[in-house]
Amino acid sequence: MIDTVTNIILLTMLVLTALAIVRMERLFAVVMLSGVFSLLSALLFVTLDAVDVAFTEAAVGAGISTVLLLGTIALTKPVERRARHTAFIPFIVVLVTGAALVYGTLDMPAFGDPNAPAQIHVGPEYLARTPDDIDVPNVVTAILGSYRGYDTLGETAVVFTAGIGVLLLLSGLRRRREDEEEDQA
Amino acid sequence: MFESMPHYVFLTALICLFIAMILVLIRLYNGPTLYDRVLSTNSFGTHTVLFIGVLGFLTGRPDFLDIALLYALINFVGTIAILKFFRYRAIGDVLEKREADK
Repeated sequence: MIDTVTNIILLTMLVLTALAIVRMERLFAVVMLSGVFSLLSALLFVTLDAVDVAFTEAAVGAGISTVLLLGTIALTKPVERRARHTAFIPFIVVLVTGAALVYGTLDMPAFGDPNAPAQIHVGPEYLARTPDDIDVPNVVTAILGSYRGYDTLGETAVVFTAGIGVLLLLSGLRRRREDEEEDQA
Repeated sequence: MFESMPHYVFLTALICLFIAMILVLIRLYNGPTLYDRVLSTNSFGTHTVLFIGVLGFLTGRPDFLDIALLYALINFVGTIAILKFFRYRAIGDVLEKREADK
């Protein structure tokens, strides 16, 4: 009962924030709103017991994305350009994609179903072995950090490389601009 | 210490948090200045931390409390980054830029 009401309130706030993002024209405000949007979806993940997913969402969505978007605004303009075409075709595309996604969820097992494939494959074995093997309370952490440690290491390397690439691109752009200004002066 | 408190205390706290969240969101949607929005984003982050804590106690598993602390850290760093951007119009290389202005 409490879960349902909480989910309904959070989803309502999420939809309202999304509508506000669409309607807003000042891009600074859009960046703030998208940070709140990602905090709200993180809260929804927490109510679904996926605290690790929620934390990633908050760190990436509300933390890094905000900084990156502000950096982008510093390089471009802070006001949205008026669209010259109507939004009819994009609206149809979004509608069809949403319908396909909803259709896809119809085959999924119910939330918390003990007979779902995810619960009967290797899950019970991890749950049984983690207290003896690794001894941390969160089994997801044990799987990510130990059983699939090399996989996590690879992911971290990919993210690190992407971050360095973005930093190199941005600093190169600024230096080129300063060179141009010096040339003009 | 908090585990022994009755259920309705946390329920009341949750309802109050939702009301506070809605008030903050109204300020966020309406503005009018940019600083209202920065402040409301920051305080929404604080509400996120509190919500995770209260929900943990309400469902009888306060293990998520340390995760809520990490949210507070992210919120702090994010607010610092936003304010630094408003002050200097750039995220990195601030010292270099100020020296160049002189």
